[in-house]
Amino acid sequence: MKEAMKEVMEEAMEEDILALLKENVIQGRRTKNDEGVDGDMVGTPAVLELTQLMVESDIAPEIIIKQGLTAGMKVVGDKFATKEYFIPDMLASAEAVSGAMDILRPYLDGSSTMTKGKFAIATVKGDIHDIGKNIVTILLKGAGYEVKDLGIDASPEKIVKVVREYEPDFLGLSALLTTTMVAMGKTIEALKENGLRDKVKVLVGGAAVSEEYAQEIEADAYCVDGFHAIRVLEDFQKVKL
Amino acid sequence: MAREGILVHSPYERMTEEQIKQIHHASVQILNDPGMISFNCEVAEIFSANGAEVTSITSADNPCWLVRIPEKLVLQAINSAPKIVKLGARNKDNSLFLNGEEPRVFFVSGSETNIWLDVDFPTYVKKSDPGTEIPVPEFHKRRGTVLDLCQAAHLCEHLESLDAFIRSVNIQDKDITEDNKDVNKFFASLNNTTKHVMAGLTSLEQLDNVVNMAKLIVGGEEELKENPIISFITCLVKSPLQFIDDTSQTLMEICRRGLPVVVSSAPQAGSTAPMKEDGIMAQINAEVLAGITLSQLVNEGTPVLYGSVPVRARLDTLNDSYGAPETSQYNIDCVQMARFYKLPCYATAGVCDTKIPGQQTSIERLFSDILVTLSGPQYLHCAYGLLDCNSTFCLLQAVLDDAHFQMIKFFLRPPRISEDEVAETLKQIRAVVATPQKLYIRYIRPLMRSGKLSMPYPFEGDGETDNVFALAYERMKQLLAQPVEHIDPTTTKKIFEEIPGILSRLNVYEERRKQ
Repeated sequence: MKEAMKEVMEEAMEEDILALLKENVIQGRRTKNDEGVDGDMVGTPAVLELTQLMVESDIAPEIIIKQGLTAGMKVVGDKFATKEYFIPDMLASAEAVSGAMDILRPYLDGSSTMTKGKFAIATVKGDIHDIGKNIVTILLKGAGYEVKDLGIDASPEKIVKVVREYEPDFLGLSALLTTTMVAMGKTIEALKENGLRDKVKVLVGGAAVSEEYAQEIEADAYCVDGFHAIRVLEDFQKVKL
Repeated sequence: MAREGILVHSPYERMTEEQIKQIHHASVQILNDPGMISFNCEVAEIFSANGAEVTSITSADNPCWLVRIPEKLVLQAINSAPKIVKLGARNKDNSLFLNGEEPRVFFVSGSETNIWLDVDFPTYVKKSDPGTEIPVPEFHKRRGTVLDLCQAAHLCEHLESLDAFIRSVNIQDKDITEDNKDVNKFFASLNNTTKHVMAGLTSLEQLDNVVNMAKLIVGGEEELKENPIISFITCLVKSPLQFIDDTSQTLMEICRRGLPVVVSSAPQAGSTAPMKEDGIMAQINAEVLAGITLSQLVNEGTPVLYGSVPVRARLDTLNDSYGAPETSQYNIDCVQMARFYKLPCYATAGVCDTKIPGQQTSIERLFSDILVTLSGPQYLHCAYGLLDCNSTFCLLQAVLDDAHFQMIKFFLRPPRISEDEVAETLKQIRAVVATPQKLYIRYIRPLMRSGKLSMPYPFEGDGETDNVFALAYERMKQLLAQPVEHIDPTTTKKIFEEIPGILSRLNVYEERRKQ
């Protein structure tokens, strides 16, 4: 299979392969075993295989990201907005892009195209509900962010340590319960006490959280869901520019 | 090919086998004592010629007879009535096979309403915020016309869950008379839907014109027998226990022509039937059996449906109360009785007491729609678009009803559990548990576009706004904008030449030519 794919790569023009990569992102096909939306692509190279082969063919990572991965995700986002695609489609594409970014990461060092930013994410202390956090993680990776997942029941101390050492641009805090969301406020207090509050934008979300609560604990943003989080991050990027 | 309906795998049943037999025996006793009163002479003669005890009870100028029907005649009729009835359609793929032994449900519109309900959405200015305009649905009543009936048939053609069309509007145009009503209502319906068309007959004199019209459409007499694109409803019994003169005559003439017919009775528990469940059941069952017996005596093998429209009385007005839970109980009991006789059942659901679409309307409709469907009637008159106890028809409501029935049909799909499915699921569970995110979402994708998952409610509003009516109205307009396959120009020309009384404005080809 690998040889056959190499042949395809050699015969095809670079733009054809990028178009193929983009199409596979749109189809949400992570590996060659995935069906995709159309269901008839099993066995043909998908995002991971194509990314690997493109890297081996010395195609610049920034071109792969911009013209293949990001371009594909743009189409996926548009299809989601028009309700042609649903969340499982979005997540499948995001997972595929996330996998591709893992392949590209070693080649990005020193390159002009870095990820969109570093994002640390956690379900706060006392809370073990992580479905929302996991979905946000996949979407963020798919959108081009480097994500460090601190898991569940993350104490303020653990989060402070990661912010200090990993130096994320953004910190996402999640809580499902009204009894555990207070840990978000405590975490922000801990960041302040350690002189780290200005170093990171704090985004909060989860079923128990509201816009009012986010303001009360002085978070930088409240996000309704993962898609909203990505829009909020884009707004932060615009301000930075 | 034919329409599939939805098979109810384990039908809901209220009565035990013993109770069903008790009702049957009570009905048989009722038919013998007190028996049926017949206001039709020929009915009395037919029963008399076949061994029933018939006595004249004529008083003054009101000729009538008491007919005591022996059990033997009833049982013979139950045996000779077909257990499977085919209802054909202009598009043969829309044909229905109603099998009295199989609880496969087909959803059907109805009945003949006098009022047509239009809807529009005028906007109002919010007092506390004059910059905000809010659209509010308003409903306007008017008398139904033949063009309204065309529109109703057109819409029903495109309602996915609807399997057959019972004319839903009483046409009351100034140029509609008793002499041309039947041909116009059948033509308006047949020309705007390719599904099966059922209606009652206003004038017996028009029966042959209607039948001849159907023959022209399908290509002849034999073709109509093979593909009966029309059928009839007759309410030959007036509760309690009376054969009506004209509708009994109509039933007999339809039977002589061998076309499918619903033999229905519509007693009201509390006024024209006992209020208690056993009482109304024993009576309605006797009344329907009496009609079926007559149909088989007139023409053995006539395809008949066991037709039931029982309803409870409201105690504040003595009007019908279709929204009462007892009405659904009676209907489900009737479905069980028909199944006991292995006869296809015409049952009733979805009729509501309310006059306009709204919350009470949806609650009353869904309550009986779900419950009566679960009992597995073959031909369910489920009142698409009907309001105010069968008095009003509203296209918007029909669109809302279609969404309900699509949900009900989805719910009734059988469980997908098999060795292969379970093996596949175990693989899936093991794979997901081994991942960091532990989410099954990626496995939804193959299902999403396979039709194996239900879709969200189609009229869901954004955020906290209830936009159900506005969205359903948009859907209604979309459906009406879709073309409908009319009867072809040559046949239309023949129909207008050979069948008297059809209004020229129903000739779509002539109307187009004028434009």
